[in-house]
Amino acid sequence: MIRGGRVIDPAAERDAIADLLIMDGSVAAVGPSLGTPDGAEVLDATGLVVAPGFVDLHVHLREPGREDVETIATGARAAVAGGFTSVCAMPNTDPVTDNQAAVGFIVSQAQRAGAARVYPIAAVSLGQQGERLAEFGELVSAGAVAVSDDGRPVATAHLMRTALEYAMTFGIPVIDHCEESTLSAGGAMHEGLTATRLGLKGIPRAAEDVIVARDIALAELTGGHLHLAHISTAGAARMIREAKARGVQVTAEVTPHHLALTDACCEEYNTNAKMNPPLRERGDVDAVRAALADGTIDCIATDHAPHHYDAKEAEFDDAPFGVIGLETALGVVVSELVDTGQLSLPELVRRLSTRPAEVAHLPGGTLVPGAPADVVVFDPAAAWVVDPSAFFSKSRNTPFAGRALRGRVRWTLVGGAVVHRAGDARRGA
Amino acid sequence: MSPALGKDLLGLESLSADDIRLILDTAEPFKEISERAIKKVPVLRGKTIVNLFFEPSTRTRISFEFAEKRLSADTVNVASPGSSVLKGETLVDTARNLEAMRIDMVVIRHGSSGAAKFLADRIQSNVINAGDGKHEHPTQGLLDLLTIRDRRPIEGAKVCVVGDVLHSRVARSNIWGLLKLGARVAVCGPRSLLPLGIGELGVRVFRRIEEAIEWADVLNVLRLQLERMQAGYVPSLREYYRVFGVTLERLARAPRELLILHPGPMNRGVEIDSRVADGPHSVILDQVTNGVAVRMAALYLLAGGRPELAEAAKGGGDR
Repeated sequence: MIRGGRVIDPAAERDAIADLLIMDGSVAAVGPSLGTPDGAEVLDATGLVVAPGFVDLHVHLREPGREDVETIATGARAAVAGGFTSVCAMPNTDPVTDNQAAVGFIVSQAQRAGAARVYPIAAVSLGQQGERLAEFGELVSAGAVAVSDDGRPVATAHLMRTALEYAMTFGIPVIDHCEESTLSAGGAMHEGLTATRLGLKGIPRAAEDVIVARDIALAELTGGHLHLAHISTAGAARMIREAKARGVQVTAEVTPHHLALTDACCEEYNTNAKMNPPLRERGDVDAVRAALADGTIDCIATDHAPHHYDAKEAEFDDAPFGVIGLETALGVVVSELVDTGQLSLPELVRRLSTRPAEVAHLPGGTLVPGAPADVVVFDPAAAWVVDPSAFFSKSRNTPFAGRALRGRVRWTLVGGAVVHRAGDARRGA
Repeated sequence: MSPALGKDLLGLESLSADDIRLILDTAEPFKEISERAIKKVPVLRGKTIVNLFFEPSTRTRISFEFAEKRLSADTVNVASPGSSVLKGETLVDTARNLEAMRIDMVVIRHGSSGAAKFLADRIQSNVINAGDGKHEHPTQGLLDLLTIRDRRPIEGAKVCVVGDVLHSRVARSNIWGLLKLGARVAVCGPRSLLPLGIGELGVRVFRRIEEAIEWADVLNVLRLQLERMQAGYVPSLREYYRVFGVTLERLARAPRELLILHPGPMNRGVEIDSRVADGPHSVILDQVTNGVAVRMAALYLLAGGRPELAEAAKGGGDR
């Protein structure tokens, strides 16, 4: 029983002070002043927000292959610390998730971890080589919820067309990493004045926009479901808005860091501000914020990308792309968008829970009776300072270290079980 | 550590106009040492300096080495073939090893932008950037300034940097140094070799070399790296010379006499006509001579030398 919180469930158009009763892993009832069954644990959520657990369509858990920087278990634990009850794991592991056994491995590792639910995303092409389609049918039957060659674009327009068409059989989205490789080759950050001053090779906006344009045209041609990952440019936001207006089956996500930061963070050759797509300029940040607020961009996804500190402790050109985000997402979005009046709390929940669950057809994302009891209880006013050494993730590569944020998780429940409480410490910490 | 300049010399962007003038003024008395029969003063006696060159370089390394030796420092050269970098050691580990050997200064040349700062942030020794990727090459910028200043006031001078600005650390250091000292600065080159947003730094952009020559008092002609053609930035050397080459014919149509600089090494007949390079307006060899003096000044100031004592120091007395 979660008592007296502000229950926000956009799917049910609910935003009211209410009690939430959970029985046998599912939501049993929602409403004011429910009776508490004998022996039930009661969580007092007075002054807190009670929402469907967050759903992250885009994480890299590094297992198999790089268990030194993250495992499915540590990633799933970091997820619930950040309020995420479901995460979708990208297939660019070593080996690549492009076969039934690899998908099954992720499912079983996640079950053993017992934290967030982990849904595998399988590769579009075998080995993500951009040549032959992976066996979507077998992958879906093993538990894959989407396909993506994330980390790189789907190599050719023809392969993308085929993937969109073939995915329609299984009703899964094709998740698209939009990067025209010949334009981005050798680039380390956004192409603009900061890159010019720092003497770093730039990645132009057009590298993203060219592939967004290509693949919107292919989604329009095929009627397949295209989901655009980590949108970073004003141009991409504009094209998605226009495509949706025409009725194209396109959805999109944006990361907290692209909502909050600009390429100025790369000053001093800060490798924790190096990611792909790169941090852009103020105009792009404003555009993706507006696109998120008006629903052009459907959801927020972290693109959680752990890297070893040795790898980031390097010359900017040599450092790998990527930052972690599961444990800072809520705080960043509340501080940057809610506290500034650009996004209401119900809209935040819609972008972090409702829409991502719908996009990937996942259970959860709502608290109607009968839904799985995947719940986040958070305090939107709680102030805290980001301390990477306290992360549940194995990695520390965040651009938000030391930043004062508002908005923090109090409890996270998966299937009715409390899997995270504020104040929990990492084992060994 | 010198209060005059700080611990490191990483670039001209972060220096004030006064800092830059200080180095140039300090270089003046050092010029004369290289003209002596015995080209050595004991200013840096007992100091150990490592010249850490991760990229091939002949003239910059030799210039630094002369500057160091003429100031009586003990020097060690580490060049990239045979250096630990090729054995997979990271720059962090290289830095820690240097630190452990208790050296006083490092002169670093590296292919990655920001590498000099990366090293400077991790060791207590003074670090001089001898060129980091496409970022800065501050001693080259300083020697260019000194060479211009030998001939005319920098303030108000119209200086155009010509060529591959996109990949040039020399261009960036020149732009910062010249702007801070009050010059008017332009760049000219094929648009594919000019970085995005360069105009926002406060420089003019000329599309045609003829327009640049008509406007400028000084041309600083950059080397065109041959690999730019392979990467498709320009179609051919022949075409580049035809469209952007600084030729005697083009200079003959200039409304005033131009000063011609080139950081070297030159591609004769590509970015510059031999008759221009060897002509009366070329100060290219003066740049080389000034390079040693400027580097002596930078080494002296970073080692804690007091600017007002530079004249006395070179006489051989104790600092």
